[in-house]
Amino acid sequence: MRSLWEYANPRLFMGWTGTALPWLWALGLGLTALGLIWGFFFTGDDFRMGSTVKIIYIHVPSALMAINGYFLMFVAALIWLIRRQPVSALVGRAAAPVGLVMTLIGLVTGAIWGQPMWGTWWAWDPRLTSFLILALFYLGYIALWEAISDPELAADLTAMLAIVGSVFAVLSRYAARFWNQGLHQGTSVPVATGGRTIDDVFFWPLACAMVGFFFLFVALTLVRARTEVRARRLSVLTAREAG
Amino acid sequence: MIALLRRDLTLALRSSGGFGLGLAFFVIVLVLTPFAVGPDPAGLAAIAPGMPWLAALLAVLLTLDRLFAIDAEDGTLEQLALALPLEAAFVAKALAHWLTTGAMIALIAPALGLLLYLPQSAYAPLFLGLLIGTPSLSFIGAFGAALTVAVKRGGLLLSLLVLPLYVPTLILGAEAARRGAAGLSYETPLLLLGALSLVSLAAMPFAGAAALRASLR
Repeated sequence: MRSLWEYANPRLFMGWTGTALPWLWALGLGLTALGLIWGFFFTGDDFRMGSTVKIIYIHVPSALMAINGYFLMFVAALIWLIRRQPVSALVGRAAAPVGLVMTLIGLVTGAIWGQPMWGTWWAWDPRLTSFLILALFYLGYIALWEAISDPELAADLTAMLAIVGSVFAVLSRYAARFWNQGLHQGTSVPVATGGRTIDDVFFWPLACAMVGFFFLFVALTLVRARTEVRARRLSVLTAREAG
Repeated sequence: MIALLRRDLTLALRSSGGFGLGLAFFVIVLVLTPFAVGPDPAGLAAIAPGMPWLAALLAVLLTLDRLFAIDAEDGTLEQLALALPLEAAFVAKALAHWLTTGAMIALIAPALGLLLYLPQSAYAPLFLGLLIGTPSLSFIGAFGAALTVAVKRGGLLLSLLVLPLYVPTLILGAEAARRGAAGLSYETPLLLLGALSLVSLAAMPFAGAAALRASLR
């Protein structure tokens, strides 16, 4: 029986991700397409929100992955600092741009929905505000990776930034709630209580899209991490060639 | 550690442009504000509780990028690492930074409140808030400076890293001043602000020293 950590060995990592990726792509694209098509064409309009309700199938999954993406970076940073697994640093680096795009999708779809429903593109609501700040955190993390050429040092420093940033992202969330009361509705699928304020008709396609977005996120991150591993190998080879 | 603190304070006082620069920047931003938003007293009074905080954030940021960079360039930082724990060096430097910028800003801010027609009841929470809150700005900022020691000309990057971390401080600090201006009780935001400063004081030295150590390696 192999220890779990061995799968993070770069060579083994390239092996199993290579096998898993086609499946992840199929699951991600398939479920996302299923959720979106089901949601867009085979569910009725909401009686109050009309057809604008359909944006939920993009908005909620992307927002979910935006937050989980940052959490993934936090965990990857911890693993890198504690166990010095090079792949985990690269996964953190790979996840950041994907998470940033998810954050932006969440913000843009929210604005498109908010214009007809709230009568405004933007409100300084705690949820919206903390998402904007989350996007800034992603930007800072990416910028720090790009700014430092020594890969080991860059991995160290970005990991520290990710950890401190996670703490402050949570603090900002609560500070923002303290600062302004919300306009954004509460969650429709509270995981903690198990209850739902959304009808099954809308819930199942939404769940499909959420799972689909999850696998899409994983697939995109793994593709980027594999690229990073290859780039790292290439730079080692060129360094050897030159030396 | 005390020696390092005194050295940094002396350097800030005697060299041109360390000590005065951040403070002058703070003053100028607030003096220019009425030109941007118009001289109407009501309009100025509305933004008066928040503007000093925004200006303080920028002024603190301005003096951060040389906090470790100069010492790292000429090797002083390595000598410091040999002489005392980097955590202690971090505390001394962040403290010196706060004494020369944050504390001074807190002292001068009420005077500038006059220019912005700050409501009478907001002077106390603005002053107290800046006094309590700016240590967190210095300590968080020093962590950012430690992260960017290895980056040549890291000033812009530093602002991108540090400003999002300033969000809770800014929200709570400005909230205290705004509640004061509205005649409400401002105790809660001040207490939370104090908590934030204490957390930064306790946690940032370790994070910052780890970043410095990685950069020195």
